[in-house]
Amino acid sequence: MQGLAWRKEDTVYHLKPGEAGSIIRIRDFSLWYGTAQALFNVNMDVEKGLVTALIGPSGCGKSTLLRCLNRMNDLIAGVRTAGEIFLDGQEIYGPGVDVIGLRKRMGMVFQKPNPFPMSIAENVLYPLKVDGIRDKALLQETLERSLRAAALWEEVKDRLKENALGLSGGQQQRLCIARAVAADPEVLLMDEPCSALDPVATGKIEELIDGLRGRYTIIIVTHNMQQAARVSDNTAFMYLGRLIEYGETARIFTNPKVQQTMDYVTGRFG
Amino acid sequence: MNENLKTPRTSRRRKEGGDLGAKGEPFQWCLGGALAIGLAMIAGFLVLILWNGLGALYPKAIQLVALGDGTLLAGEIFRRESFRPEPHQLAEMDEAVREAIVRQGGVAERILLRTGNFDIYNEDFRWVLQAQIRQQTTPKELWFIERTEWGPFIGIIKSLRLDARQYKAEELTEAFIEAAHKEAQKRRKRIRELERGETSRINHSMEAERLALRKAVLRYGENGEDYLRAKRRHNWVMERLQAQYNELSLEIQKLREEDAKFQLVLSTVDEQDKTLRLSEIVRMFRPNAMGVAARLGVYFSRWWELLTSEPREANTEGGVMPAIFGTFVMTVIMSLAVAPLGVVAALFLREYARQGLLVSAVRVGVNNLAGVPSIVYGVFGLGFFAYLLGGRLDELFFPERLPSPTFGTGGLLWSSLTLALLTLPVVIVATEEAVAAVPGSMREGSLACGASRWQTIRYIVLPRAMPGILTGLILAMARGAGEVAPLMLVGVVKMAPELPVDSIFPYLHLERSFMHLAFHIYDLGFQSRNSEAAKPMVFVTTLLLVGLVGVMNLGAVSLRSRLRRKFLEAHF
Repeated sequence: MQGLAWRKEDTVYHLKPGEAGSIIRIRDFSLWYGTAQALFNVNMDVEKGLVTALIGPSGCGKSTLLRCLNRMNDLIAGVRTAGEIFLDGQEIYGPGVDVIGLRKRMGMVFQKPNPFPMSIAENVLYPLKVDGIRDKALLQETLERSLRAAALWEEVKDRLKENALGLSGGQQQRLCIARAVAADPEVLLMDEPCSALDPVATGKIEELIDGLRGRYTIIIVTHNMQQAARVSDNTAFMYLGRLIEYGETARIFTNPKVQQTMDYVTGRFG
Repeated sequence: MNENLKTPRTSRRRKEGGDLGAKGEPFQWCLGGALAIGLAMIAGFLVLILWNGLGALYPKAIQLVALGDGTLLAGEIFRRESFRPEPHQLAEMDEAVREAIVRQGGVAERILLRTGNFDIYNEDFRWVLQAQIRQQTTPKELWFIERTEWGPFIGIIKSLRLDARQYKAEELTEAFIEAAHKEAQKRRKRIRELERGETSRINHSMEAERLALRKAVLRYGENGEDYLRAKRRHNWVMERLQAQYNELSLEIQKLREEDAKFQLVLSTVDEQDKTLRLSEIVRMFRPNAMGVAARLGVYFSRWWELLTSEPREANTEGGVMPAIFGTFVMTVIMSLAVAPLGVVAALFLREYARQGLLVSAVRVGVNNLAGVPSIVYGVFGLGFFAYLLGGRLDELFFPERLPSPTFGTGGLLWSSLTLALLTLPVVIVATEEAVAAVPGSMREGSLACGASRWQTIRYIVLPRAMPGILTGLILAMARGAGEVAPLMLVGVVKMAPELPVDSIFPYLHLERSFMHLAFHIYDLGFQSRNSEAAKPMVFVTTLLLVGLVGVMNLGAVSLRSRLRRKFLEAHF
């Protein structure tokens, strides 16, 4: 094992910059929870319009990395960062960055469905409410577009005024995706979106991710390697806070260069 | 392995149950027992209050008692008890009575008669030895007459004088007396309206004029042209008001003279005469001649009087409407003050402040505030609110009224704020817990949608925490409505001449002192001329206070359950 002997030069990249170019660039990014370091000099470019999967065993820092992208880690006391992350060339940890504006450009879907205790329509339109938009026509249009994008429209169109907590788990998660796309973000961050769902609901979400490909840049954290193989274009393998290997999904799963990646994707540890 | 488990030692321990706690049963009994004791105490309290409170106003039969020495007494039986007379008491008794007591082993039975007629007997109650009673009857012609002064009169009607005509007792029917009494009550109401309504309106106008002139003095000095103009105007208005007042006094005087021609001549059972103006009588009936329906009529009319009218007779008779009203208004204002303050403070502590030593210290401090004796809050309220704040307010806004204070003394506003301060810890702690119980995932979801912290609190956290916050408010209200000690310092009075809300601008008079049910209980029970006579009223007032708190809580609870249904519906 590389363990403490790891240097950032050890990360193996298989990627050539895609045609659309990268939307997110992470440069030498490290993060500490108090005194415990959770991320070590991560360098990574995320390609625009593609689905990028972050995989790795529990506690490897993949969720932490994801939450750094929309600065959700700001909410946790004692978090300290070093290095830079750029969204479209703009440094997101720079001084005077509008965090709220940043979060509006990045929709986020969480591990457990977290609909708000309001009606289905109110849930989807929450990002617009927060922006103070009151234009009825725009709201109606956004509501339908978002629910259709999340493949939920047909199921809920007759009960938009009902409480969202009455939906099933899978429906709730798709509602959360509808909510995330309602603000028309550039990037969708998904933190293990299927871990609380049954296989049927998981299948639906995966279909949905496939459908959203190209419209949004999607970054998905997952524990499920089949899922990563099925939905993603690129895959990053992380271990103990380090980015170990990063490349096209097919390459990572069939022909990884690092022994640890090989062990993990073949299920020898994890 | 198996053999090891079956060693005799292990099996014996198992049989005896070794550790009692492991079985759970005894502990369960303890818990259930504790709960049962608590419930029994609460139930006992409620039954006591309900029994005494609900029964207090029901008209009792009047007993006519003839004693061995020839004394005649009439009254309601209030209580009976056994006691062991002292030797000197025995010595004072009749021979026959003493023998009877000695035969019973020195134990005597006595009853407490409410004889009324305080103006004649100089006492309302009389102890009578059971052994002394020669004869006890309930004659139908005995009247129980509630008066505006001197408490009830118990006796018989001798005659009735209406204007010039005199009716003998034999000529009178109950319906006739009732009709005359109704007329008399109308006259009393009219006089009262004139005294209270019109006269008080004129007095208020006069006071306003006096204050306006005083203001002019303060602004222009004693010699300025402006002052002299104001003075002339003042004199002109005052003359008119004085004329109105005189006219009114004359009218009242006339009405009184007219009223005095309607009189009822009564006599006690021991032949002492008493003449009453009919209008002095609040209610008259013959309990011994009445069935249950008629008695219930009196019962409900007494409740109605209690709920809607003002106290008489040093609060022991009449109604408690001002106290109910004062309690209600004060609790509402207190809630309006404490709810926003407590919620905002708790939100800052929980959502904004950096959790650290300082915040922990503040939290401990807040919790400890809940344990400070309430009288200390009263002292603080008097010193800070009334004297300091109120004093400044008076100097700034009401200098013409000085030296008599407006806000510079206890009043409705200061009482409400003092109690708000007292109940603040309850609201803060409850809100903090409710806010902390809102799942972090919801907060994150909202923030990830690009909501600011405040928007997250406003749209997600507060609605979700609202049931918990209301629980805190309910507790605060219950505590505040029952608090007396601090109020005695900052604005509650035994008898408030005016309600804090009336038809005179600005309608809500926050500076006025007011009456309060809890203080009323204390006043009735311990400060009145005759605490025995006030006892039923103590129970009735307690019942009302408990009822009022219950009703207000019920309102808040129903609001809370509505919110709960809305926000905590069906998790998948």
